[in-house]
Amino acid sequence: MAKKALGPVRRTFAPWDDPSTKPFIEFNGVTKRFGDFTAIDNINLGIYEREFFALLGPSGCGKTTMMRMIAGFDEPSDGKLMLDGQDLAGIPPYRRPSNMMFQSYALFPHMTVAANVAFGLKQEGMPRAQIAARVDEMLKLVKLTPFAARKPHQLSGGQKQRVALARSLAKRPKVLLLDEPLGALDKKLREETQFELSDLQVDLGLTFVIVTHDQEEAMTLADRIAVMDHGRIVQIGTPAEIYEQPNSRYVADFIGSINLIGGRITACGGGAVRLERDGGTTILVEQDLDAKVGDTAWFAVRPEKITVTMERPAEVNVNCLEGEVWEIGYLGDISTYHVRLPDGETIKATLANRTRAVQRPIGWEDKVWVSWSRDSGVVLTS
Amino acid sequence: MTRASRFNVVSVALGMAFLYLPIVLLVIYSFNASRLVTVWGGFSTEWYGALLHNEALLDAAWVTLRVALLSSTVATVLGTLAAVALVRFGRFKGRSLFSGMIYAPLVMPDVITGLSLLLLFVAAGFARGFWTIVLAHITFSMCFVAVVVQSRLVTFDRSLEEAAMDLGCPPARTFMVITLPIILPAVIAGWMLAFTLSLDDLVIASFTTGPGATTLPMKIYSQVRLGVTPEINAVCTILIALVTVGVLAASIVTKRREVERRRAERLAAAIP
Amino acid sequence: MTAVDAPRIGEALGPAPARRARWLVLAIPYAWLLVLFLVPFFIVLKLSFSTAAVAQPPYLPAFDFSDGIAGLLDRARQFTVDNYLWLTDDALYFRAYLSSLRIAVISTILVLLVGYPIAYGMARAPRRWQPTLVMLVILPFWTSFLIRVYAWIGILKKEGLLNQLLLAVGVLDDPLTILNTNAAVYIGIVYSYLPFMVLPLYATLERMDASLVEAAADLGCTPRRTFWRITFPLSLPGVVAGCFLVFIPVTGEFVIPDLLGGSDTLMIGKTLWAEFFSNRDWPLASAVAVILLLILVVPIVLFQNQEQRRAEREA
Repeated sequence: MAKKALGPVRRTFAPWDDPSTKPFIEFNGVTKRFGDFTAIDNINLGIYEREFFALLGPSGCGKTTMMRMIAGFDEPSDGKLMLDGQDLAGIPPYRRPSNMMFQSYALFPHMTVAANVAFGLKQEGMPRAQIAARVDEMLKLVKLTPFAARKPHQLSGGQKQRVALARSLAKRPKVLLLDEPLGALDKKLREETQFELSDLQVDLGLTFVIVTHDQEEAMTLADRIAVMDHGRIVQIGTPAEIYEQPNSRYVADFIGSINLIGGRITACGGGAVRLERDGGTTILVEQDLDAKVGDTAWFAVRPEKITVTMERPAEVNVNCLEGEVWEIGYLGDISTYHVRLPDGETIKATLANRTRAVQRPIGWEDKVWVSWSRDSGVVLTS
Repeated sequence: MTRASRFNVVSVALGMAFLYLPIVLLVIYSFNASRLVTVWGGFSTEWYGALLHNEALLDAAWVTLRVALLSSTVATVLGTLAAVALVRFGRFKGRSLFSGMIYAPLVMPDVITGLSLLLLFVAAGFARGFWTIVLAHITFSMCFVAVVVQSRLVTFDRSLEEAAMDLGCPPARTFMVITLPIILPAVIAGWMLAFTLSLDDLVIASFTTGPGATTLPMKIYSQVRLGVTPEINAVCTILIALVTVGVLAASIVTKRREVERRRAERLAAAIP
Repeated sequence: MTAVDAPRIGEALGPAPARRARWLVLAIPYAWLLVLFLVPFFIVLKLSFSTAAVAQPPYLPAFDFSDGIAGLLDRARQFTVDNYLWLTDDALYFRAYLSSLRIAVISTILVLLVGYPIAYGMARAPRRWQPTLVMLVILPFWTSFLIRVYAWIGILKKEGLLNQLLLAVGVLDDPLTILNTNAAVYIGIVYSYLPFMVLPLYATLERMDASLVEAAADLGCTPRRTFWRITFPLSLPGVVAGCFLVFIPVTGEFVIPDLLGGSDTLMIGKTLWAEFFSNRDWPLASAVAVILLLILVVPIVLFQNQEQRRAEREA
């Protein structure tokens, strides 16, 4: 499939596309079992240096286990885990070049902020003057210099998080692992911190691996995302690839909102797919799909790609269906329309409110046409 | 106040009165000038004075104190190790037996423990005296310490240990530098429990003692059988006073630290 | 983290020193308890099959491994079940065991009856008073148990305080004989073991969700029904723990029956002590201990299982 330049961020940074670059962290056929339960099943994954990589998935999908294996708290039952070309098997967490920022921050309550940040450096045996200098540097980086003598219970949630960050960066680790780092923060603080984290990662030139169930967080921060389900990686790609080119209904549904229209493939090949629905309506999609005629498939299209009009669109090569407005949600910047089709299925469309009209032209129970162009969505076979 | 809560208050008040009445009486009678418990002969501290000259009683107190200090300290170390093994070592082979040996002494009648330990010392040809009492006390105290420390360890946030290891600290050092300081209140509580149990023990000490090692409870017991001397009241009052002061001091210190901590947290929460 | 995925000893948690350290952490207390707790029981068992002798130590056969296997077998042949026969012959011992169990059961019930309202009152007290109340309950426990029992002598004897009070108020004309009767023993046991019932009960009651009681009231339950159908059943783990902590030790209790009880207070703890110290019959005392242990084995094991399960649940 031709790679379209989707998404604006870091188009130039794509080591995964370069065949001569070797991954920095490599999972080779890694499986992890806890008794009868398989947490991770035969994972093959490469994370590149200087990447901001996200492991995304619901609770129990295995993402935390993968991170803990990189950190050294769990050992693979099968397979090999490599870091910078070195096999990590048998190396305890205190000998690994990775550091972790814990979800609960895990600040040592009986030590000051400075002592917390200095802790890892003391374990290395760094001379005291050097430790002091590095601690200063770190506290300046997270803007907590006046808090050096405070104890964790004297800090707010956001401050604790920054201490945890400073502490995990103090040793200049090759890899920083972040376990749901923004989960405990309120919305505003979360947004600010997201950008700070992102800038920090680029400035320091480190590899960050983040574990999260929050797709917004992953989409904002990551260069690439691995979407996981029940111990397997379902798809790896840039945020744009995951969003616009999901490879399965699971991924399509997990990120953002999606319309999934089921049907049967009646034509496939030459860069085009025809999907026929039970009511007889046809959807035409521009896509290179590897599938057979007669296969069951689903058409996935995002709500913002759909146009809602009162009259049937005049263009010839758009897909359009007629329906009735069932629900309207006014969110200020956008309006969402749930349009019910004659056969009962509902399509969700979002339109930006481009005018300041208080009375919107489309109302409940209006007969409308939903339409989208032939390259607005993808056909999924799984 | 509802009828139910009045009942609650009365229950608690009566219960406390029941618990403290004998103690209060003891204290009062230690100042009784008359030898007879039944007659109040006026306020006097003569029994405290007599106590100072009662060599036997003072010796016994000294023995008891040394036994208690020694046994409680060793018991705390052993009990903490046992708690760590119980909580952190998962399902190892022989765990049931180990766990059984930790919990059984908590309820085992003293006479059985005392008899069995004495027979062990005799069979091993171990001279009985000060050290056998210490060994006996360590054995049953460590189980109490283990249970106290275990209940704290079970709720301990393991991510703190993981964070320390992640930053380069090997497991043993992590325990000493991170875990132990944080669970220290429980360890100290265990120590205090072991100290009290040792201080208090009559039966096991009687079985495992030897010449020259008479503990205070043993002395008090023999005196009680013969006929009470009011000096006993004085000794008891002193012990009670010491313990009360100790416990009150400890609780004041913890209360103050708690208040300070809460104030700091409230201040921190106000900061954005 | 469940016990399943917690690191096991010897797993590749790292280099040899770390593994050896972990092994030591377990081995030291384990070895101590094996030698000083478990092995003695076997010695008691062995002694219960021996005969008393005028010797030092006062039993035959003595422990002596110097003459090898032959010597051991020779000594083994000296074993006898005479002690057990003696115990079954003389009805005194049987009655003592029975009496001990009876007293233990009654005491446990009494402690429960007295302790439950106290624990309940404490759990329903205002939050800020609860730590103080707990401390007040624990404080007597930190003072000498012997002393407190001894204090009751002063209260309960014929010229003691209780009688003085009752006579002065006019309730009685003649002083009551309480001391040196079973009644005094019960009072002493309830007094001494009260914290062992109140504290586990309080811990369970305090942890109970107060909104459950409110929900029951909202659905139309009277306070009494709420207690019996909601509160009491939920407090059962605490009740059970408290009962074990009282019943098992009281069965073998010595000090209280000795100081407060009379000559007709039959308790096996006293019997054991008398056999050992007064009669110097070590083998017989051992047999008494073995039987007592057998009687208590089932409750002890039940207690251990209960505590282990509770510890695992909290993990």
